[in-house]
Amino acid sequence: MATPLALRVFEAEARVYRRTWRGSVISTFLNPILYLAAMGIGLGSLVDANMPEGVEGVTYLTFLAPGLLVATAMQTGAGEGSWKVMAGMKWTKTYHAKLAAPIGIPGLVGGHMLWAGARVLMVSVVFAFVMAAFRVAPLFQSLLAVGPALLVGLAMAAATTAFTARLDDPAGLPMYFRFVVIPMFLFSGAFFPITQLPSWLQAVALATPMYHGVELSRAIVVGTEPPVAWWISVAYLVAWIAVGTALCMGPFRKRLKP
Amino acid sequence: MAPLIHAHGLTKEFGDFVAVDGIDFAVEQGESFGFLGPNGAGKTSTMRMIGAVSPITSGSLSVLGLDPEHQGPQLRSKLGVVPQEDNLDEELTVYDNLMMYGRYFDLPRTVIKERIEELLEFVQLTDKRKSKVDALSGGMKRRLTIARGLINEPDLLLLDEPTTGLDPQARHILWDRLYRLKQQGVTLIITTHYMDEAEQLCDRLVIMDKSKIVAVGSPRSLIEEYAPREVVEFRFPPGVLEDVADRLEGTAPRAEILADRALLYTDDAEETISRVAAEGLEPETVLARRSSLEDVFLRLTGRTLVD
Repeated sequence: MATPLALRVFEAEARVYRRTWRGSVISTFLNPILYLAAMGIGLGSLVDANMPEGVEGVTYLTFLAPGLLVATAMQTGAGEGSWKVMAGMKWTKTYHAKLAAPIGIPGLVGGHMLWAGARVLMVSVVFAFVMAAFRVAPLFQSLLAVGPALLVGLAMAAATTAFTARLDDPAGLPMYFRFVVIPMFLFSGAFFPITQLPSWLQAVALATPMYHGVELSRAIVVGTEPPVAWWISVAYLVAWIAVGTALCMGPFRKRLKP
Repeated sequence: MAPLIHAHGLTKEFGDFVAVDGIDFAVEQGESFGFLGPNGAGKTSTMRMIGAVSPITSGSLSVLGLDPEHQGPQLRSKLGVVPQEDNLDEELTVYDNLMMYGRYFDLPRTVIKERIEELLEFVQLTDKRKSKVDALSGGMKRRLTIARGLINEPDLLLLDEPTTGLDPQARHILWDRLYRLKQQGVTLIITTHYMDEAEQLCDRLVIMDKSKIVAVGSPRSLIEEYAPREVVEFRFPPGVLEDVADRLEGTAPRAEILADRALLYTDDAEETISRVAAEGLEPETVLARRSSLEDVFLRLTGRTLVD
């Protein structure tokens, strides 16, 4: 039976990664350790000293870790959907090479999304191991928390890819990271409860995919009820992935098969 | 037998711009067929429609008996494509690029491995198999792109300006390889703006200008039809050419006065040279040569092909 087109693209991405993984592997391990040590333990000791009842009932490290897991997945997803897509379309033109072969637009986008998911999964699983090493939660629970992180990573990869594919000029990408990705990273409930935000900003945070992933992961790690029913958050994230992926097709076709 | 490619009234528009304006052509099995024309003539757009990566606006096009619009993946699995710009994966090795491309066609790894050995041999890159593409010269990258285009043993190889930007030696190596492919019976479609390339490689070609086909035939027949047998090129010192243009034009059946030189078309170069001398004109240099496709193009469009 013929291999699905998206899997052929996935295999190609894996082949490229096999040659280039060394560049990212250190930061994949080091980032969670540094963040959890500096913010979870360092800053956390100050927070815990001032809040004997804990942040939402747990130590700051325990509060922070699942949020940071999802925040990292979010950034990874955005990363997979940005410069790489720009390169494939405009610089190295490897997307054109795929399309000259039997791969079509759906196969190209599908394979790209599968690979983005694989990258998010790698980064998140490493994070879960670090989280377990910091004794935030047992390994099994930490690994379960990867589920929501994966959904958020895919949602961001899809939305970012759809955005990048519409850009004529790469100058839009630094702006996107500065005004969308970094604010989302900081204000979607990973570092402090969004109830601390003014109410209009709470509404913005509530609309981000990251917020829903943070609350789901935290519910898994801490064992509390999430503020939004879990199935609504899951459905919301799945909708982001589906709509984001669908929005890639038009500009990909326009760019690559004019 | 039905032609391998058949186009009728083939048109491509981008908004208001007509890139290809109702062209007709047919390519037979085993033929080496060229699209010759200046940049912007519509060659690449035509090529992309044949390659099923650009939908046609109107007219009809059939390639290998398939409809590019609705049978794209099936058609592309039988084509080899060498695009104008190399789009190899620079971070990967020569070998990995070929393996990766073969996998797009869902070929088994063992089959690809065998073909890689043959193809590297064929494009003379066997000793570069483990080199990163990054480190290859322009000519080597081009040859690798050709090898990549052959990985699926295509029925039809599309080459879009295969030697643009290469030095003369690299061009000749490439021509030699393409000539061998032709000998093996591979049908080649080539776009080029080099007339020597078209003369070397094409059995038959069309000349395109401003989105239309202006002539069709073999290089030899086009030259015979549109240009006298010989051309004499005269160069004069700066400023002199304009003054003597009228007198030059009287010495041959047809003359083209270009910015830097005058071309006189004639059936007897010796006679034309002596007539110019008899006029008392003293050119800086005189070059007599056979007519080329360049002259055909100049005749048909009033412009030189490569400015």
